[in-house]
Amino acid sequence: MSELAVDRRAGTAPAPIASARELLPFALLAGLVLMLLVYFVGAEEGALSLIAGNGVHELVHDARHLLGFPCH
Amino acid sequence: MIRSLLIRGMIAGALAGVVAFALAYAFGEPQVQHAIDFEDHLARLHHEPAGAEVVSRGVQRTLGLLTGTVIMGVALGGLFALVFAWGYGRVGAAGARATAALLALAAFVSITLVPFTKYPANPPTIGSAATIDRRTVLFVAMIAISVLAAVAAARIRRQTLPALGAWNAAIVACAAFLVVVGGAQLALPAVHETPAGFPADVLYRFRLASLGTNAALWLTLGLGFGWAAERRLAPAPRRVAEPAPH
Repeated sequence: MSELAVDRRAGTAPAPIASARELLPFALLAGLVLMLLVYFVGAEEGALSLIAGNGVHELVHDARHLLGFPCH
Repeated sequence: MIRSLLIRGMIAGALAGVVAFALAYAFGEPQVQHAIDFEDHLARLHHEPAGAEVVSRGVQRTLGLLTGTVIMGVALGGLFALVFAWGYGRVGAAGARATAALLALAAFVSITLVPFTKYPANPPTIGSAATIDRRTVLFVAMIAISVLAAVAAARIRRQTLPALGAWNAAIVACAAFLVVVGGAQLALPAVHETPAGFPADVLYRFRLASLGTNAALWLTLGLGFGWAAERRLAPAPRRVAEPAPH
């Protein structure tokens, strides 16, 4: 067991890639757009509707069911 | 760096979407068809007119399914990359590939598996249009609780690590996660909308296919992104001979 303890090198954690300040604009902008994509596949024309008509819902219908989102 | 990781995440996510499509098409679509046949059968019994088809079944189960899984893969891949960019070097001491794999496992458990055990995936026919608002809110709430519990568990692991050691800190963190999501599952209302007579085998196989589809998506995303991120973060010379684990 002792080899295991020795092998655990202290201070080998990699340095973080980005500061919070660098990440924030990406998280806000890209995060919003990406969440919107999740919404269109998962819930458009279900609980909410952003685009008139039923086209989006009908096209991604099977993916919505198989990815586990509530549908009808 | 963040931009580069974001792009890699979206590409890995697109690939994950294609893999998810393959599983969903092979294992899920036959069950979707059984469910729709059952729905048509019910409609005929009640002399209801067939609804107008906006998109044909042929398109829905091929191009439509692929569109849905790939868009979902790209979106989750991008979000995954952002979380990775924050968590790498902060959440644990693992390298890029291991961090991505563990993050994907955590995402599968907290976003797919735990919500699935309370509000499982359902084929068409199950789930009334009248309750879609309520079911959507409950589903999203379950995901939110589960993800927050996972974030809290990661913090607990990190804070108890010096005192408890890696093994026990991980057990304490997992136990805390299970207590929170277990409590939430007991507290949140149940949804029972399976119509009488719906074939149980179809429901079971559909749910298994859904779970497999999601697992394939997270697995491909985690391993694919990990590979791509490792190449970006530690390019060229491979680390020199670490002692063999024996």
